[in-house]
Amino acid sequence: MGVGIDVENLNAWYGSTHTLQDISLNIPANHATALIGPSGCGKSTFVRCLNRMHETNPIARATGIVKMGDVDIYQDANPVEIRRRVGMVFQRPNPFPTMSIYDNVASGLKLNGFRNRAILDETVERSLRAAALWDEVKDDLKKKSGASLSGGQQQRMCIARALAVDPEVLLMDEPASALDPVSTSKIEDLIFELKRQYTIVIVTHNMQQAARVAENTGFFLNGKMVEFDSTHKIFTNPKDKRTEDYITGRFG
Amino acid sequence: MSSPIISVAQNPRQTDPSGAPQGSPVQQDVGPEAPKSAVRQFLMSRSSGKAADTTFSAIMLMCALSIFAIVLFILFILIARSKLSLSQFGFKFFTRSAWDPVSGDFGAFSFIYGTLATSLLALLVAVPLALGVAVFLTELCPQKLRAPISFVTELLAAIPSIVYGLWALFVLVPIMRDQLGPVLTKYFGWTHLFNGYNFGLNLLSASIILAVMILPIISSIARDIMLAVPISQREGVLALGATRWEMIRMGVLRNARIGIVGAIILGLGRALGETMAVTMVIGNHPEIPKSLFSPGYTLASVIANEFSEATGDVYLSALIEIGLALFLVTIVVNVIARALVWAVTRGAPARAH
Repeated sequence: MGVGIDVENLNAWYGSTHTLQDISLNIPANHATALIGPSGCGKSTFVRCLNRMHETNPIARATGIVKMGDVDIYQDANPVEIRRRVGMVFQRPNPFPTMSIYDNVASGLKLNGFRNRAILDETVERSLRAAALWDEVKDDLKKKSGASLSGGQQQRMCIARALAVDPEVLLMDEPASALDPVSTSKIEDLIFELKRQYTIVIVTHNMQQAARVAENTGFFLNGKMVEFDSTHKIFTNPKDKRTEDYITGRFG
Repeated sequence: MSSPIISVAQNPRQTDPSGAPQGSPVQQDVGPEAPKSAVRQFLMSRSSGKAADTTFSAIMLMCALSIFAIVLFILFILIARSKLSLSQFGFKFFTRSAWDPVSGDFGAFSFIYGTLATSLLALLVAVPLALGVAVFLTELCPQKLRAPISFVTELLAAIPSIVYGLWALFVLVPIMRDQLGPVLTKYFGWTHLFNGYNFGLNLLSASIILAVMILPIISSIARDIMLAVPISQREGVLALGATRWEMIRMGVLRNARIGIVGAIILGLGRALGETMAVTMVIGNHPEIPKSLFSPGYTLASVIANEFSEATGDVYLSALIEIGLALFLVTIVVNVIARALVWAVTRGAPARAH
């Protein structure tokens, strides 16, 4: 099951650039939450703070409280432990090119020293089914390299890879922006299915996408969160003038 | 406006007012008196360059073929000049270890053995060190230290091999004889690798100095290969909950493995042919070494040492055949290494994107 995330006064820097300023919001468990905003507004930085990926860049820094359930991920845990609980899907599919499809999906488990063959097989199948890829790849799981799949298939394989470690939260940083409309709609259907079991945070440039998949939506602008509300309200009756301007396409 | 048929074919979304361009490209090109822009005039005045392209590719082809020509020419000269020895000893030349200029009895095996043994031992020492340096530089090193360490590593590659030889002779050999040797015999004597009398001038000293010499090549190429692995691969592994070491193993080394093997092959190539420094410390004794403390001899060393004093046609011819042996050893080792890469990576392209 998913777990909720409470963010309080999150600040983040790249070098001397203050990329995120005092972000506070509650991400409910087992829902999809969308983050929208123009390029460079800090929404990607925000999700990267949720699994402490932000700090892997040597010039990056973050402060604040991020509570995942009862755990403050910046105080009570180290990044490795957090990332075992929080899956992440990146903007561009990043299959491991030297591994077969099977090994790609199983990589998270193998990495953590998991060796039980039967459970590995079962997990790979379950994850690929959940990512709606099983029927397309089941015949050459171990024959084909993960990089030989099409872009849309690669991205679904990356989702399967993230699901295989049974995370509580799934972060998706513009998961469909490099994909064609057919693959995009497959991934959106997938998000719809997955949010029953996982808490999903999705960054997107595509406002229709946010409207289709997410219960809640946050609008980011210049490193600040302008508005956070139910998706319905954000898209029909936003409180802030800037949100309205953005969703009606007047800027961004 | 152009005719409706053309208009539909050119612009199927004509009904969409914002999608329709002001003037279609067809219309602009139709009028014979339509003025041409300066850019268009310039581009139209240029030739297609077909002749130049053909000439260029012919020249490039010749450059590429010249590599084959050079290799074949060297091979031809080596065979032609060693005819005497080839006809006298036949294939056995490569499998016999006799080397007696006085009675005119020659065989290359002890030199082949010495060359292979020193080179492989050198790899054994240098590869872990070089990969350690490369991993440290790309993944762990503070930004400020990166440039100085890289610079010093590359400086090592620029030192002439005679200088390495002198250093080995005056520093490494005494250490090997008086300090390191006795310790190795005491603790690892049971392996029989460190037995026998130890003058310091031996296989191990030669291998160590070779290792130092090939270290910078391997580490700087491996570093460049690792730097070329995209960040997305590293982040992909980290996002699965990998520790830093697991990320390096799965995200970096695994993706860079073909390039790393290539770096090792280049290092091996240098080790096989390295002459001066090895000649100064290996002891130059044409016999198959019984332990790492025994003196040995390599193919390159024997040519360097004896070529100027070779008396008699057979002696000279045998030395040239040693050169042929070195040439063949290098080729065979390279082929084996490439075959190894091919076998490991078959069906799994190493291209990260």
